Amino acid sequence: MRPHLLALLAKEPAHGYELKQALEQTFGSAYPSPNIGQIYVTLGRLEKDGLIRVVDVEQSNRPNKKVYYLTAKGREVLEAWVDEPTEGPRVRDEFFMKLVLAPLTGIADRMALISRQRRHYLSLMSDLNDILARTPDTDRVAMLLIEGAMLHLQADLDWLERCQEDLA
Amino acid sequence: MSTVVKTVNLVKIYQDGAVPVPAVRGVDLQVEPGEFVAIMGPSGSGKSTLVHMLGGLDTRTSGEIWLDGKRVDTLSESAWALLRRKRIGFVFQFFNLVANMTVGDNVELPALLSGASPKVARERRESLLAALNLTDRAEAAPAQLSGGEQQRVALARALANEPSLLLADEPTGNLDSRNTRDVLRLLGEVHKEGQTIVMVTHDARVASLADRLVSLFDGEIVDDGRIARRRTRTAGEVIDLR
Ligand SMILES: Nc1ncnc2c1ncn2[C@@H]1O[C@H](COP(=O)(O)OP(=O)(O)OP(=O)(O)O)[C@@H](O)[C@H]1O
Ligand SMILES: [Mg+2]
Repeated sequence: MRPHLLALLAKEPAHGYELKQALEQTFGSAYPSPNIGQIYVTLGRLEKDGLIRVVDVEQSNRPNKKVYYLTAKGREVLEAWVDEPTEGPRVRDEFFMKLVLAPLTGIADRMALISRQRRHYLSLMSDLNDILARTPDTDRVAMLLIEGAMLHLQADLDWLERCQEDLA
Repeated sequence: MSTVVKTVNLVKIYQDGAVPVPAVRGVDLQVEPGEFVAIMGPSGSGKSTLVHMLGGLDTRTSGEIWLDGKRVDTLSESAWALLRRKRIGFVFQFFNLVANMTVGDNVELPALLSGASPKVARERRESLLAALNLTDRAEAAPAQLSGGEQQRVALARALANEPSLLLADEPTGNLDSRNTRDVLRLLGEVHKEGQTIVMVTHDARVASLADRLVSLFDGEIVDDGRIARRRTRTAGEVIDLR
């Protein structure tokens, strides 16, 4: 969550609860409902690392509000995060290992493994279908996230077919 | 209600070439009313051959085919034609629309042929074209349509006679994601209304609508099982955002 909070603070200083709201607004249902405790823990670490700083803002009739803002070092770290190429998803390593090793052990045959995995992917896909159907058209960020996950799953299924043709 | 489709040790060997090609090798398949079965498998595994035989579009070499409790592999070609008109909707891998008829008439004709009144056939045409976002194209000739549009017309046509069995071979092969959405929605709806569907597809989104997946490999069923449904959650819970 570190770079996400840095990015929000690069836009404007904010207190913890505002950051939670900003995450919810920006990502819609795409973000697993951010936990306020976790946000404060992360803010504490960012502060310790000198990436953000905090000021107490006095409020009438209420306890002081802690407002966080980005430091120059924080901005550098954020820019580095944005600039570096992002690792792409790789082959499902664990399934791949099962597929290669299983026949050696005689525990399962590859055809059965591939078939089971295919049905598992389809059931994940059916989850995504349901979520997409329930996502309002206005929640563009969530829609894109779901569509991306669907395309990845399709690729995983195509790859299973390749495995079937080659190994079985 | 009886089992919609049943095959017993169904075999197809193409013998038209120099060497016989065994395309389907002993398939036992049973589909119950209201079930949606997806068929997947590598290219050449016999998917099209199987559904063509189920629709009487290709003859079997040996084995039995039963539809709605009646043995049909022994039927004459004309008896098959009648059966298809009344009870089977077929979406081909390569559309097969009637070239010299408008899109609208392509959809309306099967309803008329199956014995629906002109009024009912017209209503069916309008609602199917609307559901697939094709109302604007009703007066066009099939050749004037894109591949994706033709495919949607083919689906509308297959559903026009309210068949007891919908057979489809790659019905979304040419669709972009927006059009796939229309097709998915329509399939979901007719399935919910009790339509029995057997569908060949490579598209994971379409296949995931099915209740059951049959995997073919080298002309044989290598897997036949349910597609599990879980409680649905939010995108953020299902997809790991790092
Ligand atoms: N009319 C035909 N004459 C001879 N062989 C054929 C004929 N039709 C299909 N075959 C062969 O039968 C086998 C199964 O073909 P089929 O079209 O059923 O495969 P499929 O699973 O539908 O493949 P795809 O995913 O590419 O559509 C293939 O080896 C194919 O070459
Ligand atoms: Mg085919």
